[in-house]
Amino acid sequence: MAKLYTPEMEKIAKKKAKRNKPVKSTPAFEAWKRFRRNKTAIVGLIVVGILILVAIFANFIAPYDYQSQDYLAMMQPPSSAHLFGTDQFGRDIFSRCVYGARYSLFIALFCTIAALLSGGLLGIIAGYCGGVVDTVIMRIMDVFQSIPMIMMAMCIVSVLGNGIPQLVAAVMFASMPTMARNNRAAILRVRGCDYIESSEAIGVGQMKMIFKHMIPNAAGVMIIYFVGFLAVSIMMMSAMSYIGVGLAAPTPEWGLILNDGKAYLTSSPYMMFFPALMIMVTCFAFNLLGDGLRDAFDPKSK
Amino acid sequence: MAENLLEIKNLKKYFSTPRGSLHAVDNVSLNIEKGKTVGVVGESGCGKSTLGKTLMRLHEPTSGEIIFKGEDIANMPIKEFKKKYRADIQMIFQDPYASLDPRMNVLQLIEEPIKTNNKSMSRQEVSAKAREMMELVGLAKRLEGVYPHELDGGRRQRIGIARALSLNPEFIVCDEPVSALDVSIQAQILNLLQDLQQERGLTYMFITHDMSVVKHISDDIVVMYLGQMIEKCPADEIFKNTIHPYSQALLSAIPIPDVHAKHERMVLKGELTSPIDPKPCCRFAARCPYATEQCYAQEPQLRELKSNHVVACHYAEKFVK
Repeated sequence: MAKLYTPEMEKIAKKKAKRNKPVKSTPAFEAWKRFRRNKTAIVGLIVVGILILVAIFANFIAPYDYQSQDYLAMMQPPSSAHLFGTDQFGRDIFSRCVYGARYSLFIALFCTIAALLSGGLLGIIAGYCGGVVDTVIMRIMDVFQSIPMIMMAMCIVSVLGNGIPQLVAAVMFASMPTMARNNRAAILRVRGCDYIESSEAIGVGQMKMIFKHMIPNAAGVMIIYFVGFLAVSIMMMSAMSYIGVGLAAPTPEWGLILNDGKAYLTSSPYMMFFPALMIMVTCFAFNLLGDGLRDAFDPKSK
Repeated sequence: MAENLLEIKNLKKYFSTPRGSLHAVDNVSLNIEKGKTVGVVGESGCGKSTLGKTLMRLHEPTSGEIIFKGEDIANMPIKEFKKKYRADIQMIFQDPYASLDPRMNVLQLIEEPIKTNNKSMSRQEVSAKAREMMELVGLAKRLEGVYPHELDGGRRQRIGIARALSLNPEFIVCDEPVSALDVSIQAQILNLLQDLQQERGLTYMFITHDMSVVKHISDDIVVMYLGQMIEKCPADEIFKNTIHPYSQALLSAIPIPDVHAKHERMVLKGELTSPIDPKPCCRFAARCPYATEQCYAQEPQLRELKSNHVVACHYAEKFVK
């Protein structure tokens, strides 16, 4: 039997079918398309990705153990054997920095999640409820903010001793007020939108309103703050370790490595240079990523 | 006379502001018959939308009664209201660009009210009902997975209409549903609303500032000025026989599509009186070209001048043609 349709006609029909298919374009996909075009953000993303891989595979990457001491190779400047040199105990700084990524990144992540769960949630509640609840929560946050972070960290450490939980608690308390304020602002912005009123009009309950409408719509902004806070947490942690109220030696935390090299700054500056470089690169990458995310989620803010 | 679906009695909604209480809706009384459309007109800020939202209990009324199907819904606990009447009174919002959650697609948006109000329905039933609503308001099936930002204003407003209608309401507050749309699309949406009204016996309260729209769709027209109802009459009457000077000014603002038509515009001078703690005088007096001392001294009451035509003006008789 003769063919009813020529190949060309079939092609046209297929094209037509394609055109009539529902268009797939979620807001998140649109944001990703914008993000992809932003070169600096992509650099940030790549650097952050590398750092995360380094943290995960630290034991494969580091050539030495982070705490094994080699008394035959103390205070060596950078060489092919010791990429970042060695410290006063003959420990390989490159290995310590690599392991440090594990500590710094994951503790920072932990701190930020803790801050989000405490401060962020309080901010969401304050923003949603408004009125007296809002005032009470935000004034308490103001009180927290008025205590200098380092002071608070020192208090916590002097009472509870050095350690990761104490460090997390200190950073969490320090970043809670800002986290609360940012999340409150994000919720307030969404709360005033017509679609919230429209959902109220069709009888959507409070919980559903918060979780199905407000948080998804505020999520973009919240993610941006979250990423920004990762950088801040790393800085805070390092600062605390550097002055001795953070983690205890010999943990290879970047701030601690800096602290180790402090005494030899004039004779062996590389001992401080490399951990400082790590902190700087990490914070810079997170900030680039955060800025990129902001532009991607909120193209109007540019 | 047909049965009243909704009776508003001395409804007041005051907002407290740092400078005093803002009288957004002040002593409005109104009956709305079943199956009819009441147009509410007035300039921006005169309390039209607040009136609509107060009827929906999106704003809590300060005082007064709203009798819906024989029961006072203004003073019942909000929980009881939501349970009993939430679905019966629905609203179509002014700005179709802002009133749809940008993170939901068309089908999800229309499913939402159905899902929320019929907990026992299965997912398939909900989707089927939502698809039925899409067809009813003229949204093509292929738009199911599309997000609102990809659609034009008319289609978005159709989603808004579908959302409101999916609950089978009896009364719909249309809050300037076409003012954000192009003129060509305005007509489509208005016709859709009228068709739906005929099919389903809906009652509308149609809020707008556009007199030509109101002429097209309303049975009765209410003119509001600074929270008060100043004139109410059947729709054709207001275009023949406007009484209140403010309504006259509003009507003279309608463009006439005729090059040779002689058109005298009545241009209002002066500023809007502040709605915060207004003095007991005619609120329009400051802008009224006919105002006298009496207008500043005494607040005019609503009077029925002809059958079904009430006006609040001291000199209403003078303006009757």
